[in-house]
Amino acid sequence: MVKYTIKRIILAIVSILIVSAITFFVMNIIPGGPFNKEKATSAEAQRVLEERYNLDKPLGQQYVLYMNNLIHGDWGISLHSGRDIWGEISSRFKVSARLGGMAAVVAIIIGLILGSVAALTRNKWPDRLIVFLTTLGTAMPSFILATLLLLVFCLKLGWVPVWSSSKPNYVLPIIALSLYPMAYITRLTKTSMLDALNQDYIRTARAKGVPAWKVIFKHALRNALIPVVTYIGPMVAYILTGSMVVENIFTIGGLGSSFVTSITNRDYTMIMATTIFLAILMVVANLLTDIAYKLIDPRITFE
Amino acid sequence: MQGNGNEELKKKQFLSAQVDLSKFNSAQFEAATDEEKKQQDVMGESTTFFKDGMRRLRKNPLAMASIIILLLIIVTIIVAPHIVPYKYYEIISVDGVRDKSASNLAPFTYSKLETQYMKKTGEKLFPHILGTDSLSRDYFIRVIYGTRVSLSVGIVASVMVLMIGLLYGSIAGYFGGRIDLIMMRIVDIIYSLPDMLIIILLSVVLNQTLAPFIAGTVLESLGTNMISIFIVFGLLYWVSMARLIRGQILTIKNNEYVLAARCIGTKNGRILRRHILPNCLSVIIITTALQVPSAIFTESYLSFLGLGVSAPLTSLGSLANDARAGMQSYPHRLIVPAVTICLIVLALNLLGDGLRDAFDSKLN
Repeated sequence: MVKYTIKRIILAIVSILIVSAITFFVMNIIPGGPFNKEKATSAEAQRVLEERYNLDKPLGQQYVLYMNNLIHGDWGISLHSGRDIWGEISSRFKVSARLGGMAAVVAIIIGLILGSVAALTRNKWPDRLIVFLTTLGTAMPSFILATLLLLVFCLKLGWVPVWSSSKPNYVLPIIALSLYPMAYITRLTKTSMLDALNQDYIRTARAKGVPAWKVIFKHALRNALIPVVTYIGPMVAYILTGSMVVENIFTIGGLGSSFVTSITNRDYTMIMATTIFLAILMVVANLLTDIAYKLIDPRITFE
Repeated sequence: MQGNGNEELKKKQFLSAQVDLSKFNSAQFEAATDEEKKQQDVMGESTTFFKDGMRRLRKNPLAMASIIILLLIIVTIIVAPHIVPYKYYEIISVDGVRDKSASNLAPFTYSKLETQYMKKTGEKLFPHILGTDSLSRDYFIRVIYGTRVSLSVGIVASVMVLMIGLLYGSIAGYFGGRIDLIMMRIVDIIYSLPDMLIIILLSVVLNQTLAPFIAGTVLESLGTNMISIFIVFGLLYWVSMARLIRGQILTIKNNEYVLAARCIGTKNGRILRRHILPNCLSVIIITTALQVPSAIFTESYLSFLGLGVSAPLTSLGSLANDARAGMQSYPHRLIVPAVTICLIVLALNLLGDGLRDAFDSKLN
């Protein structure tokens, strides 16, 4: 276990380093430095600026300095707004984390319930209905769902007010973000629940007269949860990338929408910082998922 | 001839054990026809793996419906540009004059100039089935071209993923040992990278840097975004395919027939091609079929972020993105591409599931 964990942590660190290196060097390919504006700066000012941001050093050294600054909390300044990137990211991430966290919880809870219901009513109408809905759910990109929800419930019917930061209404963004993971979790739960229900220990439990609800919740669902845990890492990645468009559509000022804005503005330092930040989040989420998976399922052997 | 023979035979001794052939006629000695032979067969006709799978697929109504929907879409996007007289980049013009009043038309309506022209000449102009967009371009033909682009991105990207994954996975799986270990470590690392972020990043950068390289070539019309989508798919998306194929090959290569082939001195390449790859064909087909919708998903997502194909070419994602601006007044412009994406992805998903049920013998 310890060996596996160490191996996984090393892999995570390597991938974060690779992502940051790709981000850094790829951003440097773009013609024109960060201080090449339309208005020509004097050669002297240019030199001072470059010295301040270490741009006069060789690229490899620049990368090391950049990473060193990142670790010490200095993420640089936004080319567009001139503000401190770390302050920008942390304040915006609070909004995204709240939205994404709620979407994740909704997806897991509803997904588990629907999946269990589908497994228990196999081939009857509730199962068929759930299968139909999840198939639709996995075929609908989050940005299309978000736009359609906004169009129908906000603009046409007026049931839900348009987003404002003073009176946030999370209902529609949460639906848009959680539908796909929810459909996926429903499928996963259904398969693993069906698998669990066919096991010998379920028969034993039933044979010795354990009440039906206890068999389902204590014996079947617990074991069916294991595959669902493995999906948490990918779900975090999905919700983070999904939030980029969903926040943009609902005009929520989170990290996702600021990332999209920085793409449109060609705000390279902001793109770079946000990519590295999100990449670290995703890699860590995957790392924790993998370790948690091995912890809760003792049947899995360690290589 | 036959008659004469019978005469001769009759003259033999009456105690002879010889069969009296006069009781039979020649018709009874005719060879059985194929049909008659078949009646004796106890077993049904032997089927191939492919036929068997197709039979199961035909019994799956959802998969068949998906095939029909996909065929309809494909026929429409092939035929429609030949019937509709408008071009996807063309601003509506009447009698050679650009029609400024033809922007934002509702479906099946004509602009002022067009109505005048039709009254004057009595000629019937082709209707704007889905109206026009804000730049006075026929929206129906734009949706058709958008679908073309989205579908071809999906297919080309999947084929690319298939090729790279197949090559990489089969080499790693077949040779095993240290080669496998190193190759799979690389896959592990690529797999743990957040792909969507790198796609976005690379699209941003390649947009800026690719343009001078492709200027003047055929690739230019595709636009830098499209090429960066392909590059990114080629760089990142093959890893799950490679993993899958490696796993398949690891199990197949331990079969006796592979050992037998190796014993008679078959070369590695031939064993891979003749004995191993055909046996993982079903997994390859299914995964590729399911790769297409995911590529379409990614493409539409990027287009929606404004990183899609370059104007005036369009894709379903960019159409949906463009339609957001006027979505309250012209909701059909959003709904049509949105529904088309969902329909294509849904049909491909169902078809992929159907193929898996039909061809993956382990699931039956």
